[in-house]
Amino acid sequence: MLKLENIHAGYGPTTILQNVSLEVKEGEIVTIVGANGAGKTTTLRTIAGLIKPKQGSISFCGEDITRLRGDQVVDRGITLIPEGRQLFGDMTVRENLLIGAFRAAARANHERRLDEVLSIFPRVRERLDQAAASLSGGEQQMVAIARGMMAQPKILMFDEPSLGLAPIVVSQVFDIVRQIAGTGTTVLIVEQNVYTTLKVADRGYVLENGQIVLEGQSEALLNDDHIRQAYLGI
Amino acid sequence: MTTFLQILVNGLMLGGLFAIVSIGLTLIFGIVKVVNFAHGEFLMAGMFITWLITTRLGLHPYAAVIIVVPALFVMGALTQRLLIQPLMSARDDHVQIFATVGLSTALINLALLIFGADIANTPAHGLRAPISLGPVRVLTGQLYIFGAAIALVVALHLMMKHSQIGRAIRAVAQNRSAAELMGINVNRIYILSFGIGAACVGLAAVLIAPLYPTSSNIGTYFVLTAFVVVVLGGLGSIPGAFFGALLIGMLDALSGFYIGSDLREAVVFGVFLVILILKPSGLFGNRRALSHLS
Repeated sequence: MLKLENIHAGYGPTTILQNVSLEVKEGEIVTIVGANGAGKTTTLRTIAGLIKPKQGSISFCGEDITRLRGDQVVDRGITLIPEGRQLFGDMTVRENLLIGAFRAAARANHERRLDEVLSIFPRVRERLDQAAASLSGGEQQMVAIARGMMAQPKILMFDEPSLGLAPIVVSQVFDIVRQIAGTGTTVLIVEQNVYTTLKVADRGYVLENGQIVLEGQSEALLNDDHIRQAYLGI
Repeated sequence: MTTFLQILVNGLMLGGLFAIVSIGLTLIFGIVKVVNFAHGEFLMAGMFITWLITTRLGLHPYAAVIIVVPALFVMGALTQRLLIQPLMSARDDHVQIFATVGLSTALINLALLIFGADIANTPAHGLRAPISLGPVRVLTGQLYIFGAAIALVVALHLMMKHSQIGRAIRAVAQNRSAAELMGINVNRIYILSFGIGAACVGLAAVLIAPLYPTSSNIGTYFVLTAFVVVVLGGLGSIPGAFFGALLIGMLDALSGFYIGSDLREAVVFGVFLVILILKPSGLFGNRRALSHLS
């Protein structure tokens, strides 16, 4: 469904990603794990069209999307829930969600979609008319996820959804990721929380210094010696 | 008492005039984050087109709105697309400022070339006739300007709050990269917003032309006050521009009568300074809206 081939990308003259190739198949939950600074966020931003790769190609459902602008990528059905939530703080929660449905394919039936999404997030429903900035960190993360779902994407990408959240909220976030995947949406998730993420995901890629060093089924990765030593501390 | 009322109303009418000139300027700044130093020349262009339509076709000046507002929209949109957008990656706001200052100079000289240095008087068609409102009298045209300023503020507010495109505009103004992640074409929103801001000053031009003589430097005359209004109200705030304009109008009228007409500007700028010392982000501004300027 989504395929990156030999991607080199970075900011300005610095290259962060080197020869990254990965694939996400329809209906899968795929994760990219790795330490801080390994290039996980850069990978997602490159797919989302916010960074143009220097080399390599990205295709989605058979179409070459390497050179598309960010808004065009969203139109194709790829939505990124960014790190740090990036809500529109002065706007109400409802307005944030409606903006999520800006994509042409999502605009027509956004009322019904809003109801569907809110049934997953009952707490968000109670906060609909509050300014997004007034919510707690956990609630804001729920709004960010709900906003991403409003676009009705074919593939939803999460960038560090557990960052800065209390442990109980973290487990709620992963429950929701599972729920979203259960409705048939493909998920690509980037995390530093390696153990929990591999428990949720079908397959994983390990990114170190901008290169994929390991890939495989989640169980296999959880039992891999290198992963156990470097990321799980076992 | 009647005198005081009359002066108050004069101030209100002047405020309405400042407001309608300033709204487009603050709108463009709030969304595109560009200070358009050619704003006054957009006004001048609109007034000349109004004058042409009124004199050549013998129409009522207000009929020119059908041409002037769309024409100014296109002018604003093209300015953004052809002048500002290529400079947006420059990362340095000063480059854009120089570009709009250059556009201002170019438009003034273009007007001198086409219309010469003479003053162009748009026929008033009764708009300079006074009408009585109880004990006070105002010019008909001034009253329409005041009404139009209120209508414009309300219309823009409704559009920003309740339409999907208005929400998209606010989203871009607040967080450009998050807006892009929502599938919003940010450059298109900038072009649209610059167009809307210019269209607002086009409306102002049609309403002002029958009351003030048009010349190539008329823009400079109005736009200095417009900058004061916009900064006083809080850069980017439409209600701020409206109430800031009313305050400046009242101060101008009251100090002109009670203190002396040559001290009006000293009073206006004095109050302006005091307000900025007390509330640097302006009456309706928030600190965050200015953070990108630091």
